[in-house]
Amino acid sequence: MAKDQTQGYRLIGTRPDRPDGLDKVTGRARYGADISAPGMLHAAVVRSPHAHAKILKIDATKALALPGVKAVITRADLPTGLTGEDWNLQENTLAGEKALYDGHAVAAVAATTKLIAQDAAKLVEVTYEVLPHVTDVDAAMAPGAPVIREGAADHSVPEGMHPNVVRYMDFGHGDMDAGFAAADLVREQSYKTEATHQGYIEPHACMAQMGADDRGEMWVCTQGHWYIRRMTSAVLGIDAAKLRVTPSEIGGGFGGKTTIFMEPLALALSQKAGGRPVKLVMSRSEVLRATGPTASASMDVKLGLKKDGTITAAQVKFRMQGGPYIGSSPVGEALSCAFACYDVPNVMHEGYEVLANRPKAAAYRAPGSPMAAFATESLLDEMCRELGLDPLKVRLKNAAKEGTKSSYGPTYNRIGLVESLEATMAHKNLLAPLGPNQGRGVASGFWFNWGGETSVSLCIGEDGTVTVSVGTPDIGGSRASIALMTAECLGIAYDKVRVNIVETGALGVNEPTHGSRATFASGLAAVEAAKQAMAEMCRRAAAEWDIDAEAVEWRDGAAHPAGPNAGKFPPLSIGEIGAKMGGTGGPISGHHEVTATTHGASFGVHVVDVEVDPETGRTTILRYLVVQDAGTAIHPAYVEGQYQGGAAQGIGWALNEEYVYGADGRLQNTVFLDYRVPVASDLPMIDTVIVEVPNPGHPYGVRGVGETGITPPLPAIANAIHAATGKRIRSLPMSPSKVLAAIKAQG
Amino acid sequence: MRYHAPSSVAEAVKLAAGTTGITRFLSGGTDVLVQLRAGMVTPDDLIDLKKIPGLHDITKTADGGWRIGATVSGAEMRRHAALCADWPGVVEGMNLVGSTQVQGRATLAGNLCNGSPAADSVPGMVAAGARVVVTGPNGTRDVAVEDIPAGPGRTKLQPGEMIEAVLLPPRGTQGGDAYLRFIPRTEMDIAVVGVGISLTLDGDKVVSARVSLGAVAPTVLLVDAAAKAIIGTTLDEAALAALATAVRAAATPISDKRGTAEFRKEVVGVLAGRAARIAYDRAKGAAK
Repeated sequence: MAKDQTQGYRLIGTRPDRPDGLDKVTGRARYGADISAPGMLHAAVVRSPHAHAKILKIDATKALALPGVKAVITRADLPTGLTGEDWNLQENTLAGEKALYDGHAVAAVAATTKLIAQDAAKLVEVTYEVLPHVTDVDAAMAPGAPVIREGAADHSVPEGMHPNVVRYMDFGHGDMDAGFAAADLVREQSYKTEATHQGYIEPHACMAQMGADDRGEMWVCTQGHWYIRRMTSAVLGIDAAKLRVTPSEIGGGFGGKTTIFMEPLALALSQKAGGRPVKLVMSRSEVLRATGPTASASMDVKLGLKKDGTITAAQVKFRMQGGPYIGSSPVGEALSCAFACYDVPNVMHEGYEVLANRPKAAAYRAPGSPMAAFATESLLDEMCRELGLDPLKVRLKNAAKEGTKSSYGPTYNRIGLVESLEATMAHKNLLAPLGPNQGRGVASGFWFNWGGETSVSLCIGEDGTVTVSVGTPDIGGSRASIALMTAECLGIAYDKVRVNIVETGALGVNEPTHGSRATFASGLAAVEAAKQAMAEMCRRAAAEWDIDAEAVEWRDGAAHPAGPNAGKFPPLSIGEIGAKMGGTGGPISGHHEVTATTHGASFGVHVVDVEVDPETGRTTILRYLVVQDAGTAIHPAYVEGQYQGGAAQGIGWALNEEYVYGADGRLQNTVFLDYRVPVASDLPMIDTVIVEVPNPGHPYGVRGVGETGITPPLPAIANAIHAATGKRIRSLPMSPSKVLAAIKAQG
Repeated sequence: MRYHAPSSVAEAVKLAAGTTGITRFLSGGTDVLVQLRAGMVTPDDLIDLKKIPGLHDITKTADGGWRIGATVSGAEMRRHAALCADWPGVVEGMNLVGSTQVQGRATLAGNLCNGSPAADSVPGMVAAGARVVVTGPNGTRDVAVEDIPAGPGRTKLQPGEMIEAVLLPPRGTQGGDAYLRFIPRTEMDIAVVGVGISLTLDGDKVVSARVSLGAVAPTVLLVDAAAKAIIGTTLDEAALAALATAVRAAATPISDKRGTAEFRKEVVGVLAGRAARIAYDRAKGAAK
C-alpha cells in the first residue's frame, strides 16, 4: 500500500480500510438504540414547556393508572445532599424546585411500549408558576434581569455584579499601556456568537437495568463510559463499582457525549420497575432542547498593530452563558485560545461566566476556541485591511513557535504554525482568480489537545494475532489508527491486530474520547503495552535458545539473536511464540496506564473563497482549504476527515446555525429542518493539506487533530464576506437576512 | 387509530363523512406521518388513498391540459417528459419538496392540503391556473388552487371532502412557467420566499401572465398587479422593476425563525424578476 507522506514507517501513513467499516455500511453496527433485552420497558421524559418556572406540584396518578405503565420517577426519587457539579448534574437530570429552561426534564415514565410511555408522559400533571426568563448573555447580566439562582456565584466575581454573573477570571502578562502606546494603529470592536449544537446524527440512547441491590448494567452511546459511570453513580448515590457501563458504537459526539443527560433516569426507572431493563432514546427535538449545545458569547477585543504588522498588545473581555449552572461555559478556554497563535508581548484576558435559561452547555469541538477566534481573527483582519497588509504575512510575522511564551502562560514546545502558514502560502488555492461578488478570507486556529487518564491492555493470541483493549470509544477512526501503531511497533500486519473498546470493568479509568486525545493517548499506551509484550516474547525466545534476554532483539514480527555473538538461531515469530506460550510461562500480554501529559498543540490555517449574492445576502462557499499540523498522520484519510468535518461544522456555525428563542423563551427550531446544519450540497470538496511536525511527546509523533479545524472557519468566512461585499459582520450567524441588511445599510 | 384503505373515491368520501374525530387522508404521508410522529396530530381515522384505482395516473385531458391524480408522487411527475415540457415550473416546484426519498412519496394534492403558506408546489400551480377536483358528501366540484388554502395549516375543504386530482390547463404555444424559492441552504429546507410565474408571449411581448407568491402571507397569493406590470412588455428593466414593486406591495410577511419580514419583502422582488426571466426564456424556447 502506498504511503502518502510519513517517511521511515512501514504502516504508519497508509490508508487501510477501517475495521468497523463493513459493519457500519451494512447496518450491523450496534448503536445506542439498537441494544435490547428480554422484558425491556421503554421510557419517556416529561419536559418543562417553560423557560423558567417554579414546579408547584407533580401528579402522576393518571399516568400510573394507564395500563402498561410500570414506573414514574421525579426528583423526589433521587438522593439529596449532593454538592458542586454532582448537584448540577442531578438538577439537570431532573428539575428540583424550578424548571430552568425549555425542555428541562421534570419526570420520567417507563411502560411496556414506547407509545404507552409517551401517552403516559402526557398524563403526568405538572403545576408550574411561570417566572420571568432570560436567554441572552448580555441581557442576563444587565440590571433587573431575572435571577436564575441566588448565591450561585463563586468568590471570583467582583462586588456589585448581577447574581447571574457566577465566575470571573483575568490573566495576562506584559505592560498593556506601553504595548498600546507602541502601536501605530489601535482598534477595539465587539462581537457576538450564538449557541450552536454539535448536531451528532445519533441521538442520545441507552438501555439500563438495576435491581434493588443497586447493581446496575448500562449500554449507552457515549464518548466516555467511565464518565457515565462516575456521573450516574453520583447522581443516584450508588457505588461506582456497582455499575458496569458498556459503550455502543457512536454516531458522532463532538464533545456533547462526554457527560450525562438522561442516563440516570433509565437506571432509576429500572429499579423502580422491579429491575426490568429500560430503554431510553431521545428524539431530535429532545436533543436540541435539552442536551448541551455550546455557549453563546459576547466579546470585546482590542489590538495594537505596528505599520509593519507587528502585534504590540492584545486584550479581550469575554462574556459567555452556558445555561443555568456554574462551570458549563468554556470561558477560560476561550480566553486562553484567543491569542494562542501569536507571540504577543503584552496581553490581557478577562472573562465572565453568566447563567441564563438555556440548556446546560456541554463540550463542543475545541470548546471556546471558535468564538474567541471569531472575535480576534476578525479584528486582526480588519486592521490588516486598514493598514494594507497581507493577512497571511502578518500571521507569519507574529506566529508562535518553539520557545514562544504563549499568550496563556506556558512556553511552547515544538509546534507547527509556521510550517502550516508556509504550506498555506504555497497552495494553489491562493492563486485562484476571484470574480464579482467573490472574496477570500483567511484565519488561523489553535487547540491545546489533551492527554489524560488512559489504561490499555494488549494480549498475544495463540496464533500470534493481537488484541488491544482500549477505553476510548472510536468516533473518528481511532481503532484503525491504534491498530496501525500497534502493528508498526510489533512488526506485524495491520489486519493481525484487533482493537476493541471495552467496558468499565475491563480496564482502569479512562477519560472519554475528548480533547483530541484518543489516537494520541490510547495509541501511546498501546505502543507501550506492545513494547512490554515484545520484551516478554524476547525473554521466551531467550529461554528457548538458552541465551541472555539482552541478546535477543525484536524485528519484523519475530525474535532474533541480537548479533553474531548471541548464537545462530532461526528467528522465532510471534505466531510460534504465541502457540507455545502456555508451556513457556503462560499468557503474554502488555498493559500500560498513564495520565498522559506530553500532548502537543495543533495549529491550523484556513482559506475560504465565498460568493455573496448581492440581492439576497446568500453566501456560497466556492473553495475551502484546511492546512493543519497533525504531528504524524497515522491514517491520513481519518486526519483529512477530521479537517473536513471541522470545517463543515464551522461553516454551519458561521452561516446558518443558531438557537432561535421565542419571546416566551421556548426554542423555536427544534428539528434539523430549521436548525440549519450544512447539507452535503452546500459544501465544496474541502481541500486539505496535512503538515507533519512530529510531537516529541509521542512515540510516533502524534498530535490530536480533531478540534482545531472548527476554529478558523468562523472568522475566515467573516473575512471572506467582508472581502466580497465590503461589509463587516460582527455577529453570528451571518445569515442571508443579516448580510443583506448589511449590504443595504448606508456606508 | 383506525386505518382504512378504500378502493374507490366514493368509498373514501363515505368513510370520511362517517367519522367524528380527527380524520386525515393519507397519500404520500410525508406530512401526516411526520406530524403523527412528532406528536402534533394523532388522527382517529387514517384514510389511505393509495389503493384507489385511477388516482395514480397522469393523463392528458381532452382540452390538451393535464390531470394529475392525488397519489402521483413528485418523482413520477419529474419522469413524465411531456408534463415537464408543458409545465416545467409546476414540476420544479413539486420537486423542491423534501429529499429524493420524500420525492418518491410526496404529492401535489398533499402539499396543497397540508395548508402551509410556504408549500413549494402551490405557487407554481396557482401561476399555472391549476384547478383541483374536490369530491365530498355533496358531490364533485372543481375549484381554483388559490381558493383551497384558508391560512397556515388550514384549508377551505369541507369535512369529508378530498382532492381527487389536480387539473392543469393546456399550455398552448409560446408559454413558459418557473418557480423559484429562497432558502439559506441548497436543499432540505422550507421556502423563506417562493415565487411562481407563468406567462405567454406574442413574439417578444408578454400577452398574459400570472404571478403567485408563497411564504409572504398567511396563504399563497395571486397578484394581479404583478401580472399587469409585465403584460404588454418585453420584460425589460422597467417591467422587472414594476414587477418587483408590485410583489413587494402585495407581500405581507411575518418575521419568524426562517427569516425576517423585511428580508422576505426585499427578496420576493428579487425572485420575481429572476423567475419571470426564466419563464420568459422558456416561452421563447417553446416558440422555436
